[in-house]
Amino acid sequence: MFMYKKKECVAMLLAGGQGSRLYTLTERVAKPAVPFGGKYRIIDFPLSNCVHSDIDTVGVLTQYQPLVLNEYIGNGQPWDLDRNYGGVMVLPPYQGKKGGDWYRGTANAIYQNLNFIRRYDPDYVLILSGDHIYNMDYNKMLEAHKQNGADATIAVIEVPIEEASRFGIMNTDDDMRIIEFEEKPPQPKSNKASMGIYIFNTDILTDYLIRDEADENSAKDFGKNIIPAMLEDGLKMYAYPFVGYWKDVGTLDSFWEANMDLLGENPVFDLYSGKKVFSRTEARPPQYIGASAELSDSLITEGCEIYGKVEHSVLFGDVRIEPGAVVRDSILMGNISVEAGAVIEYAIIDSDCSIGAKAQVGKSRAAGGKLTIVGAETEISPKQVVPDGIMVAAGSTEYKKEA
Amino acid sequence: MNAAGIIFSNLHDRHVPELTRTRTMASVPFACRYRLIDFALSNMVNSGISNISVITHDNYRSLMEHIGSGKDWDLARRSGGVKLLPPFITAHANVHNELYSSRLEALKSIAYSINEMKEDYVVLSDCDVICNIDLTAVIHDHIEHGADMTMIVKRLPVVTADERSRTIFEVDNDGRIVDCIKQPEAGLRDKDVSLNIWVATRTYLQSAVQDAIAHGYKSFTHDVISKNASRRNYRVYRFGGTYADIYSMAGYFKESMALLSDHERWDSLFNVDNRPILTRVRNSPPTKYFKGAQVSNSMIADGCRIEGRVENSIIFRGVRVGPHAVVKNSILFQDAYIGEDADLNCVIADKNVIIRERVRLSGHPELPFYIDKSTML
Repeated sequence: MFMYKKKECVAMLLAGGQGSRLYTLTERVAKPAVPFGGKYRIIDFPLSNCVHSDIDTVGVLTQYQPLVLNEYIGNGQPWDLDRNYGGVMVLPPYQGKKGGDWYRGTANAIYQNLNFIRRYDPDYVLILSGDHIYNMDYNKMLEAHKQNGADATIAVIEVPIEEASRFGIMNTDDDMRIIEFEEKPPQPKSNKASMGIYIFNTDILTDYLIRDEADENSAKDFGKNIIPAMLEDGLKMYAYPFVGYWKDVGTLDSFWEANMDLLGENPVFDLYSGKKVFSRTEARPPQYIGASAELSDSLITEGCEIYGKVEHSVLFGDVRIEPGAVVRDSILMGNISVEAGAVIEYAIIDSDCSIGAKAQVGKSRAAGGKLTIVGAETEISPKQVVPDGIMVAAGSTEYKKEA
Repeated sequence: MNAAGIIFSNLHDRHVPELTRTRTMASVPFACRYRLIDFALSNMVNSGISNISVITHDNYRSLMEHIGSGKDWDLARRSGGVKLLPPFITAHANVHNELYSSRLEALKSIAYSINEMKEDYVVLSDCDVICNIDLTAVIHDHIEHGADMTMIVKRLPVVTADERSRTIFEVDNDGRIVDCIKQPEAGLRDKDVSLNIWVATRTYLQSAVQDAIAHGYKSFTHDVISKNASRRNYRVYRFGGTYADIYSMAGYFKESMALLSDHERWDSLFNVDNRPILTRVRNSPPTKYFKGAQVSNSMIADGCRIEGRVENSIIFRGVRVGPHAVVKNSILFQDAYIGEDADLNCVIADKNVIIRERVRLSGHPELPFYIDKSTML
């Protein structure tokens, strides 16, 4: 390997989580592979950020339902991460001489892949998670890390103080040096929430991971074990304040909100400004908007055919909306047909579903309806009514009635 | 598939001079997100052909950019894949450089590459005909009949004036070519019109090209087909599917608009099982329709932002249509910007065109108003 130059920074993307609070959306795919924003998957955001930050070596740690995710990442070409040296590498749990093990926590996952990191001899390791939607230049964070002469830097974002008790909160001095870390404090002292993005000096990280691994009482978790241990030892740990859009899409409501944040005249998160988000897309035919279609405030993707009404919604590829059908305040993932006269209000419909003629899914948000979810590969027969607030499991036949 | 592909990228450039001023016929944009070569490339790839040479003549920068490594057609291969064959120019003092001007000369200029091919059959295609065709069936037909060349044709009950630049094959009852007519007159009945896509047995193609080099032949129809038809086994393969023929600017406009009026036509080109039309992926966000957008009977690519009205139009990637702007019966290429209150009818706007606020432009279906690349009006 002498001929290759060492990497300054290697990114490790934790993508093994189940994302259980997304329920049926993660029944068949890992959370980072959940579709987002019309043509992306959640993992596109951290991966694209890496590429735009000149980080060309990314390990993606997978565990839960990895098939779709592995296929999606492939050789990394869509993100320009098919490199001769480095690039993107999927890192599943593996078996070694002393036996094998699942990843038991975030710290253990990185610990098991220390060899991957060592191959590139990086000065810094960037730890990322695959469940946030944001646009960030990690390079600036790395610059701050170096300028501070820090051992570890944690990206933080200011959240409304009343919501701060839902996050891991960093209490810092005036120079942004972290003096205290509180996980979900009932009485938060600051509103600087950890974004789950860490930069460590490689030696120090390695050292702490090895020590943590030996500790049988440890939960092997960055937030619970590694960060508190480092603070206790008085390491130089800094918070890096990030300003911009950042959203945890870990719950169905926040996932819906984040998709809706893309809409509007001046969207909260604009896909059209800033650096391009890369994704693996196939060449689909363009979208066709029929003479009877009515569109307003929506994102629509290639392969769609629209003859009905679509309002304030996000449509992924290959969605067909027949005449007289209405889709409002909803997210329709790929390959869905909505037959004539069907109404979808305030709902998330996962991919490969069909909604029969005059069927009704959900209830108007304006009329106080609750978010309704239809899992993948589900058939809703004509005239069926899926009440609001309901979650139809993937592949369910509950609303499939013989004619 | 035991076949290689050859694509002629510049033949027919003069049919649409405005569109090919800065590009090849092969890279003329079509149907929101495609370039004409996508059809030739996809037809070959979908038939298992993975060694494709693209012969270029001039203006091929946009074509190189479009094809890139060939990855989007799965043609970035360790062996084979897609490669561009630029014209051969030498600095040697005694050699007079001349660019090819006919199909046969183009083949002569790549004789070396043809000799390098290992496949038993070669599929050759121009870029002026749009169709989604199963070439495997044609190759099988070619093999079955032990043909030297099999020309894919469209059987026309009546030849129209639009066909004047095409070649017609006179065929006997067994489908064997006996002669050919160049620049046919309108009104001829029951003729086989060439689609400029054909299959050749590689060894035969090699010998025909060597023969042409030795004798200084120039015309493929005259010096190869007509001359040898009685001795060689040249055949036609009648293609019954949809095809669109780009023979003029009006023809380009008509064929584009036909995609909107005839949905079956669209499906038979773009929605055929196992035969997708592949193209370069640009990674645009989904298209955004704002409040107040009114869109009807239009085909729209990704990455657009639509605030105004779009009717019966074909909108390429990254186009912006401002508030209260009206775009009717028009074709807007990549990244066009239509300002507030502008009004367009029967317009073809090339790449990066900017139409300022309140500008009104109107062409006619027979004579669409063409706006040159990167123009601001």
